[in-house]
Amino acid sequence: MSMVNNKGMASKVVETIAAWMLGLLWMLPLLFAIWTAIHPSAYVAKFDLLAPITAQNFITAWESAPFARYFLNTMLLVTGILLAQFVLCTLAAFAFARFEFKGRDTLFMLVLVQLMVAPDVLLLENYITIRRLGLVDTLPAIALPYLASAFGIFLLRQTFKAIPKDFEEAARIEGCSTLGVLWRVYVPLGKPIYLAYGLVLVSFHWNNFLWPLIITNSVTTRPLTVGLAIFASVDQGIDWSIICAATLMTSGPLLIAFLLFQRQFVQSFMQAGIK
Amino acid sequence: MTGTRNTVHAWLLVLPACVLLAAFTHIPIIATFIHSFYSSPKPRRPSRFVGFDNYEAMLADPIFWKSLWNNLLYAGVSVPVSIALALAMALFVNGKLRGQGVLRLAYFTPTVLPMIAVANIWLFFYNPQYGLVDQLLKPFGVIGVNWLGSQGTALWCLIVVGIWKEAGFFMIFYLAALQQISTELRECAAIEGATRWTFFWRVSFPLLMPTTLFVMINAVINAFRLVDHIFVMTGGGPDNATSVLLYQIYVVGFKFFDQAYAATLTIVLLLILGVIAIGQFLLADKRVHYQ
Amino acid sequence: MAVAAGFASTTASAADVEVRMYFPVAVGGPVTKIIDDYAAGFEKENPGIKIKPIYAGDYQQTVAKVLTAIKGGDTPETAILLAADLFLLTDEDAVVPMDDFVKTADDTAWMNTFYPAFMENAKLKGKTYAIPFQRSTPVLYWNKDAFKAAGLNPEKGPATWAEMRDMAKKLTKKDASGATTQWGVQIPSDGNTAWLFTGITTGAGARLTNADGNKVAFDDPKVIESVQGWYNLSKVDGVQPSGLISWGATPRDFLEGKAAMIWHTTGNLTNIKTNAKFGFGVSYLPGIRQNGAPTGGGNFYIFKGVPKVKQEAAFKFIKWMTTPARAAEWSVKTGYVATSAAAYDTPEMKAYTASFPQAIVARDQLKFAVSELTTHENQRVAKVFNDALQSIMTGARPAEAALKDAQREGERILKDFK
Repeated sequence: MSMVNNKGMASKVVETIAAWMLGLLWMLPLLFAIWTAIHPSAYVAKFDLLAPITAQNFITAWESAPFARYFLNTMLLVTGILLAQFVLCTLAAFAFARFEFKGRDTLFMLVLVQLMVAPDVLLLENYITIRRLGLVDTLPAIALPYLASAFGIFLLRQTFKAIPKDFEEAARIEGCSTLGVLWRVYVPLGKPIYLAYGLVLVSFHWNNFLWPLIITNSVTTRPLTVGLAIFASVDQGIDWSIICAATLMTSGPLLIAFLLFQRQFVQSFMQAGIK
Repeated sequence: MTGTRNTVHAWLLVLPACVLLAAFTHIPIIATFIHSFYSSPKPRRPSRFVGFDNYEAMLADPIFWKSLWNNLLYAGVSVPVSIALALAMALFVNGKLRGQGVLRLAYFTPTVLPMIAVANIWLFFYNPQYGLVDQLLKPFGVIGVNWLGSQGTALWCLIVVGIWKEAGFFMIFYLAALQQISTELRECAAIEGATRWTFFWRVSFPLLMPTTLFVMINAVINAFRLVDHIFVMTGGGPDNATSVLLYQIYVVGFKFFDQAYAATLTIVLLLILGVIAIGQFLLADKRVHYQ
Repeated sequence: MAVAAGFASTTASAADVEVRMYFPVAVGGPVTKIIDDYAAGFEKENPGIKIKPIYAGDYQQTVAKVLTAIKGGDTPETAILLAADLFLLTDEDAVVPMDDFVKTADDTAWMNTFYPAFMENAKLKGKTYAIPFQRSTPVLYWNKDAFKAAGLNPEKGPATWAEMRDMAKKLTKKDASGATTQWGVQIPSDGNTAWLFTGITTGAGARLTNADGNKVAFDDPKVIESVQGWYNLSKVDGVQPSGLISWGATPRDFLEGKAAMIWHTTGNLTNIKTNAKFGFGVSYLPGIRQNGAPTGGGNFYIFKGVPKVKQEAAFKFIKWMTTPARAAEWSVKTGYVATSAAAYDTPEMKAYTASFPQAIVARDQLKFAVSELTTHENQRVAKVFNDALQSIMTGARPAEAALKDAQREGERILKDFK
């Protein structure tokens, strides 16, 4: 008995150590970036624990590029995509889940194509389309290819399908229209999915780089990721401290949001029961 | 619900999403296919039909083959490793270990950071003279290796960054799924004398198959889609050692302005994604039951 | 922004001619402020013309933006683009010759003031398509303290390639575990490898391309000799790190004392001057047989398809921006080489170079300078060459074979342009 317990204990200790080593390894880049950003450039390659702490890198980084505008652009972009996707994907998912019409399954299969083929892959063609629409270098242009998401439709369809028909029937008896049923029954019951999906969406689009790179030209439309890439590509050589400061500034909001909401984040995934 | 009124309703509901999907996914796919059979439009020479010329040029292009091989290698290594790590992380965080919450945070952090941002940090890490990797490996006798500047190591360095970025994201899915495995099952197994390891292999792992499939689809898509770190860290070099298909499409399309060749490369990428999709679909059909 | 706030009289009216200028720098930072001030200054002296700078990132990003703007029907009036983009722009039929706007004797005189080295890749078939603005050449920076410690004269840099190699051997230091703590020399080889490499080939007496941009000589024996010597610095002499050396990280490596000599753009002068904790010297690039260096940087272009009145306004702006006084001021503020001899004769420049003699090295090197690799389909040809060089520098392929393949591929790309 005690032998088994000891074995259990030993393996638990090994496990704990392994888990912690992995965790430390995973955090290393971020910790390193923080270290570099809060110390002057001279300490970039040295780990002097007594090195003076400074906020100058952040100040210089902030002043070197219009990060405030980039922040605004990114927030507008992400909010816009979030709202549009919620509406569009909810409507479509509802139709796929609860309506029977000719060609429904084929249409759904076609929708799923976008799961594998992200708009990024079709860079050139999408660029030409946007150009034809005269929308190059606008915020909507960044958002357009992503407004309808196969992933969102798929998730919501699954969620809606799992909701018992009784709820809908009850609402219908009370005289609800189709859209009313959607709004009163399905959407509220799908809350955890919306939350989980929304968080994934925000994270994805906050960090999206390639498509915004080619479709934006000016400060008024550029999101943070592109702004950071341009900022870091200096002909005169890299100043690591400033780049680390800029990097932290651009990832900061998401990181803080995650810190605050991590419980909800994980919970919503569990409740969403993504299988 | 049936009836013409409902059919009209249904189509109205799906219309906005379908129009956008058609405009930015389906039509571009067809357009790409068509463009791959024409030459690139130039100011003094408009686009003309060239049949399979572009494909022949592509098959003769060593950079294409290198990019293809790099992409397959990148996907082939980063997908299984990040999934395995994600599973391990989920198990770590799920089993009542000390500091669980902090660990979960540590594993997930890379996911919320923009790849373009972390790539700069990793660039610093890999610096051959005072980068962290060099400093950590010095005691083991590995000194002054030019990680990103050598053909043999550059791609592997990027694979490491890719795995680091993605594993935490997949962990969340596994975590959710693990918590659904009822504790009763576990207690039963414990009473029957099964070790945690046996329990894992015989019970948990099979039950996690749907999640694994879901995660695998995501991982593969991302392996072909995420090229941000290439921009910052190697620019496709040295000598195309880190060039992958999507990056090559960007270079050909937006630096050389060679629309035809970019379309041709895109077709190859689409074919690969298509084959993988079909493969995973068949796998799903065989192994997993959905509602 | 600052432009509008500073001058109350500059409210745009319908009669104003707007000149948009794409400028290759990241937004923010000291350079954009200088350009914005220039724009405001010009507008003050030239009411009726509005200058709108558009900051588009680095050279690659800027030329991509300009071309896509042109293809999208939104052609700008002027831009600063790489001198090496000459053929790209003329092949796309995107630019007009400056000669079209030269009317007075003054204009002609002005066009002739620029250093010939900078005008080499601005001319095509007798016409001038570009005006130099921010040009650079690479130089060798050396760490005087490291020289002293190695027993070398700290006031003299290497005069020849062989001397550089020998000095580097004395300057390379290892620690107890065998790791190198200080490399003798670092010549960056990633990214646009061909640029610094042109410094080596010119020093060997080779020319990589011709004036018409339709021939390349990648497998010339002197070119092979050049890359072999460069590779040997790492492989045989052990004085340079092996593998690709990062352009971006090299200045920091120099400042950290990890490299005693580096090759880098003169544009880094201000950066190194501000941050070096040791005395440093600047010298010509040491050549195998003679002195030689590439030119780099950007020129003004005027675009086709824009109303004549706007093109004239752009031309006026270009003349204003490149007067000797302004060229001198720009050079002092940014570290680029001033584009004309007259600029160096201005009192401001004379005072600056008296207090900081390192600044004239790049100018003096101009007499040995040639244009960088400039051909038709420049991006493709440059990539072929860079790939070959990188495969050699990483030890993946032997020099002769790689360069012969590059030559063949280069000829194939250029065959339509003969």
